Amino acid sequence: MKIFDIIHNIYIQDKIGLLYNRHIGGNNVLDNEKIVSFAGKKLLRLMSLLVVVCFVSFMLIQYSPIDPVRAYIGEMTVSAEHKVMLEEYWGVNTPPQEKFLNWAGNILKGDFGVSLIYRIPVIDVIKERSAASFTLMAVSWLISGILGFTLGIIAGIKKGTWIDRAIKTYCYTLAATPTFWLALVLLMVFSVYLGWFPIGLGVPIGVTAGNVTLFDKVQHLILPAVTLSLLGVAQIAMFTREKLIEVMSSDYVLFAKARGEKELDLVLRHGIRNVALPAITLQFLGFSELFGGAVLVEQVFSYPGIGQAAVAAGLRSDVPLLLGIVIISALFVFFGNLIADIIYEFVDPRIKQQEATL
Amino acid sequence: MRSKAKICTEENKKTEALLKVKDLSLSFIQYASGLRQTELKVISDLSIEAYSGKILAVVGSSGSGKSLLAHAILGILPSNAILNGRIEYDGKELTQEKKEEIRGKEIALVPQSTTYLDPLMRVSNQVIGCVEKENEGLMKKVQREIFQKYDLKPNVERMFPHELSGGMTRRVLVSTAVISSAKLVIADEPTPGLDEKTLNETLNYFKDMANKGCAVIIITHDIEAALKISDKIAVFYAGTVLEVANVEDFKNNGENLRHPYTRALWNALPQNKFQAIKGHQPMQDEVTDGCIFYERCSKKNVLCSKGIPQFKDVNGGVVRCNNVS
Repeated sequence: MKIFDIIHNIYIQDKIGLLYNRHIGGNNVLDNEKIVSFAGKKLLRLMSLLVVVCFVSFMLIQYSPIDPVRAYIGEMTVSAEHKVMLEEYWGVNTPPQEKFLNWAGNILKGDFGVSLIYRIPVIDVIKERSAASFTLMAVSWLISGILGFTLGIIAGIKKGTWIDRAIKTYCYTLAATPTFWLALVLLMVFSVYLGWFPIGLGVPIGVTAGNVTLFDKVQHLILPAVTLSLLGVAQIAMFTREKLIEVMSSDYVLFAKARGEKELDLVLRHGIRNVALPAITLQFLGFSELFGGAVLVEQVFSYPGIGQAAVAAGLRSDVPLLLGIVIISALFVFFGNLIADIIYEFVDPRIKQQEATL
Repeated sequence: MRSKAKICTEENKKTEALLKVKDLSLSFIQYASGLRQTELKVISDLSIEAYSGKILAVVGSSGSGKSLLAHAILGILPSNAILNGRIEYDGKELTQEKKEEIRGKEIALVPQSTTYLDPLMRVSNQVIGCVEKENEGLMKKVQREIFQKYDLKPNVERMFPHELSGGMTRRVLVSTAVISSAKLVIADEPTPGLDEKTLNETLNYFKDMANKGCAVIIITHDIEAALKISDKIAVFYAGTVLEVANVEDFKNNGENLRHPYTRALWNALPQNKFQAIKGHQPMQDEVTDGCIFYERCSKKNVLCSKGIPQFKDVNGGVVRCNNVS
């Protein structure tokens, strides 16, 4: 997990560096042509990514000590001949390459198989779980983005003062805090001792689905969302701070100062304008961390989201569900990166207009 | 009686310098190894005067701290800078508060390159700058007039800095000073790497400003460009001004030039003798007791190594040299 984080961070830094420091040579591409070639390239990338992800995760599961028959039977007792039939059904003795081709063929047809633990089609599990997770992730993504950006701007303006140090300390502490630990602490303080929020789950226990109110859902969402947001703040706040300090020591801010603009004008007119785009890009690149965080947070709060389903699928050897979630999460992260790329290629006027005018 | 007195002071004002810089020193605090602080002196005992309607060129080689002079006058030095000496503007001392009050209004800076423009802000917004909402319309009109005068097409308004050509950037930067209706304009290296035509154009903008009564200070390393339009030339060397000469002094072979360094500079030009002198400018951390040019001077004597020579008025200019009378 840690190694993955490190690699991911290097990737992000590399990307940000590429985005904002790379010298843009003039090339004579018209806007439309550019969009087509951009889309083509991304589509190709998506295809190859999915092929690799499918193949690697399938093979990992294939060679792990998972027995699908055992997983399917669970605690039930079955006769020997029944077991043979099940083995036949799950294809235990089919060669792996054939199994992979069968599975991949079904995936292409849109058939993800049936979940072993929920006994319903994988695609339905994912749909239902994603809806809950989507709310959770969207809320915390927005809160962490806005809060992190604001804190970063404040720390950048007040560089070197106690406010800056307090924000920095907060960020470093958070960056070093394991997600599940923070979730447990919040759960203990706010749910167990103070009793402000429910202990877990997405809806109250013992209430029929029709009687669950929006208030119930929001109440169950708050703690997981807060945990996830608090953790997401650190990276974006530190990045915004650094970037703002860099912008505020630039030539153009010096010149604006020489023209009589005051401190606050400088931040509002030039600081935020130049920090916003890279910060938003970074926030989109953080989709993978968001997903990873959601897995842990949902587990601690027993929140019925896709992350919890992933853990359950892993622990209880639900291969079809696990593979389905792997594909969905790969798509999710790819989508985040894609938006970041689109912002860079089509929103930043330095690149957009450069090519339009040439 | 009273009106006469008033006229007198008005006349006095005309001959008085708008900006007087006296014995200005600028140093930076640096942390050397450990916690030891060292002071790095970049400008020492510098004195210049700028008059309304005249152009003063401050000429010196690159990297000698000339830009910092502009920053010192505008009060935009970094926080670790220590400024000593006296700056007077319009007869009154120019304190940091006063600088913050009048910069952008009465004193304008024309910066040297496109990096001084916000890369993500449209050009017209930058030229207009930070104004109150109700004045925006008026300023927009003024900006359009200025752009028209400088032959900047209407579509330039909505461009971003990276879309401007070198010449356009120049004109946009100059516009920022013109729109402020400043009385004192300080141009920092306004002619870097410009072709002959653009160079002359740019210089004319400054000539125009001076003709309209502005005091203009041009900070440059390009002595030829400076000679084309300036009234006076201040020769900047290793953080100080060695001589302030009139433009006429550079005529002929420069016999009227007072300081040995100014002559050396003049002789080093390709169209003159193309002759360089040995040595280099003393580094900022080298401490010299005597004349700062002592090491390289051809006329040095014992006196020159002891104490910095005082300014002397010679032939309508001033010079810091013991051997001139």
